[in-house]
Amino acid sequence: MTTPLVAMENVTVRFKGAQTVHAVNGVSLTLEPGKVLGILGESGSGKSVTLKTLLRLLPESRTEIGGKVMVDGKDVLALGPQELSDYRGAVTSMIFQDPALALDPVYTVGEQIAEAIVRHEKLSAKQAMARALELLELVRIPSPERRLKAYPHEMSGGMRQRAMIALALAARPKLLLADEPTTALDATVQIQILLLLRQLQRDLGMGVIFVTHDIGVAVEVSDRLAVMYAGQIVETGTVRELLRDPRHPYTRGLLAANLHGAKKGERLEAIPGAPPPLNEAPSSCSFAPRCKQAQDICRANLPPAVALGEGRLVRCVQAEAALQPA
Amino acid sequence: MLTYLAKRILYVLPVALGVSLFCFLLVHIAPGDPLTSVLPPDASQQMQEEIRKLYGFDRPLPVQFGLWLWKAVQGDLGTSIATGRPVAAEVWRAVGNTLLIACLATVIGFVLGCFFGFVAGYFRGSFLDKFASMLAVLGVSVPHYWLGMVLVIVFSVQLGWLPPGGAGPGGSASWKWDWEHVSHMILPAITMSVIPMGIISRTVRALVADILNQEFVPALRAKGLMDFGVFRHVVKNAAPTALAVMGLQLGYLLGGSILIETVFSWPGTGFLLGNAIFQRDLPLLQGTILVLAMFFVGLNVLVDIVQGLLDPRVRRR
Repeated sequence: MTTPLVAMENVTVRFKGAQTVHAVNGVSLTLEPGKVLGILGESGSGKSVTLKTLLRLLPESRTEIGGKVMVDGKDVLALGPQELSDYRGAVTSMIFQDPALALDPVYTVGEQIAEAIVRHEKLSAKQAMARALELLELVRIPSPERRLKAYPHEMSGGMRQRAMIALALAARPKLLLADEPTTALDATVQIQILLLLRQLQRDLGMGVIFVTHDIGVAVEVSDRLAVMYAGQIVETGTVRELLRDPRHPYTRGLLAANLHGAKKGERLEAIPGAPPPLNEAPSSCSFAPRCKQAQDICRANLPPAVALGEGRLVRCVQAEAALQPA
Repeated sequence: MLTYLAKRILYVLPVALGVSLFCFLLVHIAPGDPLTSVLPPDASQQMQEEIRKLYGFDRPLPVQFGLWLWKAVQGDLGTSIATGRPVAAEVWRAVGNTLLIACLATVIGFVLGCFFGFVAGYFRGSFLDKFASMLAVLGVSVPHYWLGMVLVIVFSVQLGWLPPGGAGPGGSASWKWDWEHVSHMILPAITMSVIPMGIISRTVRALVADILNQEFVPALRAKGLMDFGVFRHVVKNAAPTALAVMGLQLGYLLGGSILIETVFSWPGTGFLLGNAIFQRDLPLLQGTILVLAMFFVGLNVLVDIVQGLLDPRVRRR
């Protein structure tokens, strides 16, 4: 087995404030180089926070991070300020959800990409601009010479996201984090961006962690999936394993809450209730209050993480029971 | 950018016309006869009529306005009733004097205001923020004539470092860039800078706080920029608004502060306006207001242009 590109071990993230929020509660995950991991979860499940932890982008003064985060052999949580900024962009970079907000409005796209290149590589401003142009060609922006001098507000949403991807690739990162990169886009543009990301990932051999709340999207781009609920990964496995044989009741609920094959007039399947408040660290199964199969033991203790095979974990007491599809 | 420029400059015409009409009417609406101050109380009816004719006050208002505007465009603002000297010369001299301290005050206010604003915005909620915000509130709320007097008491009377007032040994007529003259600018300029300092500091604080909350800041960090790299982006984002506020403040200061210029007997526009009002010197009053209003309009255009240069989004509007 190769050394993993990413190894998170029992990571916890707490936000301090008037009320402590336990956003991430013991997440462990690994990613092999050149693979794509999809993290699937609803709003507030801690998936974006997990992603930001990998770049240490959370506000330091209000955040407590526990556990261990290794990326490309570096202990991310132990990096000093200079090392951290050398690491950001060059080893790991990120595509943000809304490119309209994540690009600086008063600098041209070319300037912003070149800035990232100059930061990490010893290139002149002119060479960096030339490479920025190559990057825009790489992400297949139409008439890239013109776009280089364009400001973000002069581009369409899809083009902005392509520019954002070019920016993220500027310093040839080994790990690309994508935080719902298609959520802010039109449906037709979403597909194009997904296909582009998938192809770039294959061509450049990057590891990618892709966060989304859209199962369809997650299945499209990922090799493996991790389902998050209330700051924990409740189930991991390959895409095929999760689709064919979901073991956690939450995963099964997510798969059932799908519009495909629904008939008109038929009531849509949904998971009843709402996610739990996260102002306390969980001491029992977080999903128990919404789970149809919940037993007394679920409400008393934390469920065990049951290993069902290589890289297949389910955090449920009933994981091993041969559950029939609901 | 060129269309933007042309548009901004074209907009000036109707504004300038409106302003001149407004300041002409304003002065005429005010009660009281301007001639009472120049004529002896026992002047005969005939003499009154003659003087009235001489100044053109006997004609209908629209005609008066037309004539006045026509002359004003050519640079002739009439003659002062009180002194008999050409208004244009008086106004330009006063504007020159006020420009000196107003520019200095704006520079001081802008530099300090930006400094306090950035510190407060970057360290929101900290002790530094509270201290800087307190200075800003103090700046806008302290009565500046009082501050002027306190400064005079401390630095002129007690310490004897700076002159208490006036525009130099030979008055403003013999202005030179030597310490003798510059030292006279310092106290009025500092007193004048306090309000722009407070306003710019508040504005910049809010701007910086807002910019730092935007998502592109973590995105900048995500590509590996350190604090200084991010700071560069914050500055360029804050600059257009900060400069606009600075331009407006300079405009206000050009009007001269009657109170500050009186405290320091600085022969500027505020001083001139005050005199013109008390003596009911209509041509002087009109001329001063018109010149100041034109400065204000011109300054706003300048600010718009600079803003357009700095912020690409402004150009599109």
